[in-house]
Amino acid sequence: MFEIVVITVIKVSVVMMAILTGCAYSTWLERKVLARMQNRVGPTYAGPFGLLQPVADGLKIIFKEDLVPKNAEKVMFALAPIVTFVPAILTFAVIPFGADRILFGHHVKMVISDLNIGVLWIFAVTSLGIYGIILAGWSSGSKYSLMGGLRASAQMISYEVSYGLSIIGVIILANTLSLTEIISKQSSDSIWFFENWYIWKQPLGFFLYLTCAIAETNRAPFDMAEAESELVAGYHTEYSSMRFSMFFIAEYANMLAVSSVGAVLFFGGWNGPVLPSILWFLIKVFLFMFFYIWLRATFPRFRYDQLMSFGWKVLFPLALLNTMVTAGFKMIK
Amino acid sequence: MKEILIAFRNVLWRMPKGMAITLKYLFKKPVTLDYPTVKKPMVERYGGRHYLERYDDGSERCVCCGLCAAACPADCIYMEPEENEKGERLARVFEINLLRCIFCGLCEEACPEEAIFLGQEYEFSDDNRNAFLWTKEDMLVSHPRKENPFKRLYRKVRKVYGVPDRIS
Repeated sequence: MFEIVVITVIKVSVVMMAILTGCAYSTWLERKVLARMQNRVGPTYAGPFGLLQPVADGLKIIFKEDLVPKNAEKVMFALAPIVTFVPAILTFAVIPFGADRILFGHHVKMVISDLNIGVLWIFAVTSLGIYGIILAGWSSGSKYSLMGGLRASAQMISYEVSYGLSIIGVIILANTLSLTEIISKQSSDSIWFFENWYIWKQPLGFFLYLTCAIAETNRAPFDMAEAESELVAGYHTEYSSMRFSMFFIAEYANMLAVSSVGAVLFFGGWNGPVLPSILWFLIKVFLFMFFYIWLRATFPRFRYDQLMSFGWKVLFPLALLNTMVTAGFKMIK
Repeated sequence: MKEILIAFRNVLWRMPKGMAITLKYLFKKPVTLDYPTVKKPMVERYGGRHYLERYDDGSERCVCCGLCAAACPADCIYMEPEENEKGERLARVFEINLLRCIFCGLCEEACPEEAIFLGQEYEFSDDNRNAFLWTKEDMLVSHPRKENPFKRLYRKVRKVYGVPDRIS
């Protein structure tokens, strides 16, 4: 028992550190890639290639004044960043990030908790994050924030449906909700190590997942909740200092989470030849993150009605169709 | 149905096209100059700070005629004349308020003595307003410049406008 507790505590702390560092360096990556795509150089001053920029940003933001607006709902205002932040981190509890290993004579699973309903857990927890955003929008006592919160909630409701449906295909194929099992079903010993990845069987599902995941994490081109050109900064307009940075970290943690889930469900998780499994997982997550940034650099924000009609008239029917077709094939087999 | 077809067309053709462009720019060299360490060479005709020139024998060209002050649209030039021991007219006070100056270069065009020229320097920042009131000592060159690029340039401009060249 004691052994399990110690192993879990170590795993949790390592994963937490990895997520927070990952978030910090995602901001660096985003600024750098975005800058280069726009003919700029991005951060260069703090350290080589601006690599210490996240550290500098973190220090700066800690020492900033923590402002609370006069007509804010104080309790909710303080609660909202936490409500956004915690679910974003919780997602990683079930994500397997490597093959099982023998470490110091112990058989260690490279996942914090191998839930048999891992997929369900992820989708339940990521949906919780929206409450923080709505609370932040409402409790700020600012019209911009409220508009941002409202948009976020409407967007979430619209895209949550397709988001959930988009992975049903994978679940039907894998016949399990456990992420470790989904990964093991995608493994392959042949030279075509990617032959069993679910992206080949679920291309439409992958496209739907990707689109909805971007909408779920409020990223460009679906960043209606923030929409800096319309709503100042949307739901976190009134936030400053660490509270703001908690929203920020939560956004990046969410990005990392959906990237990880995408890698697990469609790209075989940590499966891969030659390189160590953890590295394979990180590579796949990195590619997802890069794709996110790439999208942000390329596309302008959706108009609100376009967003809604896209969600309900395109993604939702396609998600239903994908589910039905996959289920039909499964029946015939 | 129509929306779905449009979405497919966008995803399969239009979006990759746009993303190819941004990807192309990722591998291009950024246009940014690392300014305080790397400075862009200014074009030859750039008008920056003012210089007051000297004749080849070292005497000042400016005779304090006031034409530059008259030509100045920003009214930033102030001057007071005096006479030296040889009986030549000189500027006792010659001040340019760089905060008012718009660096249009009309003063160098107006000057009949080829005395005032705009240079290439453009970094004037200071935390003291008085530092922007430049006097004759600030602008007067220490010795006559043999090869003065501005003079050469100015000669060209004069030729274009058909004004006779009076630089010795």
